[in-house]
Amino acid sequence: MNDFVKVCSTNDLVKNAGVAALVDGVQVALFYIDEEVFALDNFDPVGKAYVMSRGMIGDLKGELMVAAPLQKQHYNLKTGVCMDIEGLSIPTYPAKIENDQVFVSC
Amino acid sequence: MSKQKIVIIGNGMVGHNFIEKLVASEGYANFEVHTFCEEPRVAYDRVYLSSYFSGKTAEDLSLVKPGFYEANGVKIYMNDKAIDIDLEAKIVKSEAGVEIAYDKLIMATGSYPFVPPITGNEREGCLVYRTIEDLDMIQAAADKGKVGVVVGGGLLGLEAAKALKDLGLETHVVEFASRLMPVQLDDGGSALLKRKIENLGVSVHCSKATTEIVAGDDCVNKMMFADGESLETDIVLFSAGIRPRDDLAKQVGLKLGPRGGIQINNQCLTSDADVFAIGECALHDGMIYGLVAPGYAMAQAVVDQLNSKTAAFEGADQSTKLKLMGVDVASIGDPHGTDENALSYVYENGPEEIYKKIVVTPDGKKLLGAVLVGDAEDFGNLLQIMLNDMDLPEHPDALILPNRDGGGADLFGPDALPDTAQLCSCYDVSKGDIVDAVEGGCCTMADIKATTEAGTGCGGCVQLVTNVLNNELEKRGVEVNTDLCEHFGYTRQELFHICKVEEIKDFDTLLSKHGKGHGCEICKQAVGSIFASLWNAYALEEDKIPLQDTNDNYLGNMQKDGTYSVIPRVPGGEITPEKLIVLGEIAQKYKLYTKINGGQRIVLFGAQMNDLPAIWKRLIDAGFESGQAYAKALRTVKSCVGSTWCRFGLDDSVTMAIELENRYKGLRSPHKIKMGVSGCTRECAEAQAKDIGLISTENGWNLFVCGNGGMKPRHADLFASDLTTEEVFRYVDRLLMFYIKTANRLERTATWMDNLEGGLSYLQDVVINDSLGLASELEMQMQALHDTYQCDWKAAIENPEFTKRFRSFVNVDEPAEQLFVEERGQIRPATESEKLAGIAVQVKELV
Repeated sequence: MNDFVKVCSTNDLVKNAGVAALVDGVQVALFYIDEEVFALDNFDPVGKAYVMSRGMIGDLKGELMVAAPLQKQHYNLKTGVCMDIEGLSIPTYPAKIENDQVFVSC
Repeated sequence: MSKQKIVIIGNGMVGHNFIEKLVASEGYANFEVHTFCEEPRVAYDRVYLSSYFSGKTAEDLSLVKPGFYEANGVKIYMNDKAIDIDLEAKIVKSEAGVEIAYDKLIMATGSYPFVPPITGNEREGCLVYRTIEDLDMIQAAADKGKVGVVVGGGLLGLEAAKALKDLGLETHVVEFASRLMPVQLDDGGSALLKRKIENLGVSVHCSKATTEIVAGDDCVNKMMFADGESLETDIVLFSAGIRPRDDLAKQVGLKLGPRGGIQINNQCLTSDADVFAIGECALHDGMIYGLVAPGYAMAQAVVDQLNSKTAAFEGADQSTKLKLMGVDVASIGDPHGTDENALSYVYENGPEEIYKKIVVTPDGKKLLGAVLVGDAEDFGNLLQIMLNDMDLPEHPDALILPNRDGGGADLFGPDALPDTAQLCSCYDVSKGDIVDAVEGGCCTMADIKATTEAGTGCGGCVQLVTNVLNNELEKRGVEVNTDLCEHFGYTRQELFHICKVEEIKDFDTLLSKHGKGHGCEICKQAVGSIFASLWNAYALEEDKIPLQDTNDNYLGNMQKDGTYSVIPRVPGGEITPEKLIVLGEIAQKYKLYTKINGGQRIVLFGAQMNDLPAIWKRLIDAGFESGQAYAKALRTVKSCVGSTWCRFGLDDSVTMAIELENRYKGLRSPHKIKMGVSGCTRECAEAQAKDIGLISTENGWNLFVCGNGGMKPRHADLFASDLTTEEVFRYVDRLLMFYIKTANRLERTATWMDNLEGGLSYLQDVVINDSLGLASELEMQMQALHDTYQCDWKAAIENPEFTKRFRSFVNVDEPAEQLFVEERGQIRPATESEKLAGIAVQVKELV
């Protein structure tokens, strides 16, 4: 695992929604919910486009999730595992907030 | 083979129903159909005749779709009456001199109102209630008078009383028997009905025999009664039953019953082997049926036989459920307990004005009849128990006692019904038909209506059909859950009301007070749309971002590759050359794919997120507005060129379209809304395929509602005719606001209307007659939304916080990689294989 990279401040995030960042050449989707940040790859493996950061988030059966904006498949925010299609998942990256700064490791 | 010639005498409800059924039958190509219609207009709905006085026009009441006869080769002789039949030569002769040979003749001559032989019954103001001409005479008499009396307190008499009341007359009902609706109700039920009707301001006089009608002192007439009393009135409306129109049959020697009526057997054949009789003119097993459903059943039996199928009419159940002057009344089987050993159970609720009675066999096992007044919800259940001869529970009174604690009330769930149970008598739909429809994929009441027609007639069976449907879905493991999603145990409509009543304006408050969890894309969007509809909450406010799909957040439709469409509003499809040039320049500069879409607008595709603010700034500066193509809102109003240029146009459809678009632009709703305006009946704008459609006529606008194209195309229904522009906007204001407030999430207007109990006529009642008293509130709410409209994009580009959101990445200022190829001189998204093959390029590399 690579080192954590400082990406932006929490002011750049949108509460209960996502934004995209470019970290070491990787497009990352950052979601901000319950004062926590989650990082997933921005690529939608079904829609084949870099759009995950523009999906809506919430929970399903108690698990935090993001719904892909193109076809609305749900992915677990913590694990990246798709809740609708078996065997499918999106890469996740470690992310954290320290002193209002957002760090991601790709 | 030459065609079989069918002649129908009479174009009433049953005569027309026969033709509809024949046209729909498989062998129709083998028939040539002729029909006589003595009235000046084709068949119309006599059941809802009184609605003529509450706003419906003769056209609204018509049962014949315009052009139906012509399109199907049915020859109709209007204003002409059959006056002779040569049964030997098989020829019908008409008053106008038409002579037609027939192979099969159908008598559908109907009935006429019985006028009791009272001296003075032909005086001025003495009228009957049967045809639209009768209604016009009643109207004329009402204009001059103040008091009206209906003679006859049966079903039709009470309908007629409603008509007089609607005309603003002081209204009385005079009944010879000791109670109202003597055939259908018992004393207890009648007494309650009388009380309820009197509360509505109609005086009811039972046990009154009229002896004479003479000149009045204050009014035109004075009715004299056997008990010595009298009543002054301007109008005397006779509604004392019907008599079969059997004069022609009698004249040519067809066999009649001892007290009239054309005698028919189970095949509906008269005494002549080539002549059938159906409807109210026919006497079957000693019975004249004064209801339409048995007449329709007779029509079906004859159509089947003409198609070489065995069929019979074996009598019909005369149970009825209806709303009389707003009071629910139902009568099932034999409500009087004619069998002297029959037992009865009665439930009477004084404060809530409900009366229920059931009559059962002496052993308490079977249901013989029932009376329901004030609450007829048990009708479907009780009727099925009687018709299917089902065993009663140990305590039959449980069927009519209120079930307050919710325990064990469902004694007869849908599963207890046999598959043969007829649920919809108007269209003869059985439980088995509903089960088959569910098997075939129907999941909603709207699907069921479209597939089986169940519930589309009188609507009385909707509740029962819904129960069967839900039960079947549950059995198949389909969860019948009207909850919006796992976070809210409410429907969209319920949430709408909660937000409105509690003035909730943010998602977190709503979730903590009425929901659970974090929400999901379903409830968030629904709530976002509710906030927008209620408070015009601006889509760009920071706390609204999480509630909206990407299309709403970035004010454009996301395309398959993650780029967005740019669609400015072009009201009425009218655009200046200067604006066209601006669109061209923008497309050129940003290398956008350009197309004219189906909504008469120009669409630019392939815009990258970070370019959107600049593109829209340029558009706004040039005078464009957002087209809201990304939103569940009004999309476009399609129009033809109209009377300004078209040599056929009757009215200026373009101006109307622009005005509509400007009034409702930006209106957030449960689903997208489309409109169309055509300047004449050629209908170039396809207005009948839109949620709201207008077609110009010689006398104003015809308003069509609840149509759509798309996956399941549906023609719009005619809602009102010959409207002024002002009326159009008033009705559309009310209708759309009512839709926004009551529809489910992602329910288009057609499905919404089909799922409303009462469908189109209910909606007309709410919108045109203001039956719920909501009209002014709905108009005010629409006006408020109109007044607070703002162009999303204009507000967006003026707000730097918002434009910041369009950055491709929060941490670096560079565009995301986006690969295209060129096709026919424009860009299109690259496919996966083109990307791998390395032939896709970034837009900036395209020349």
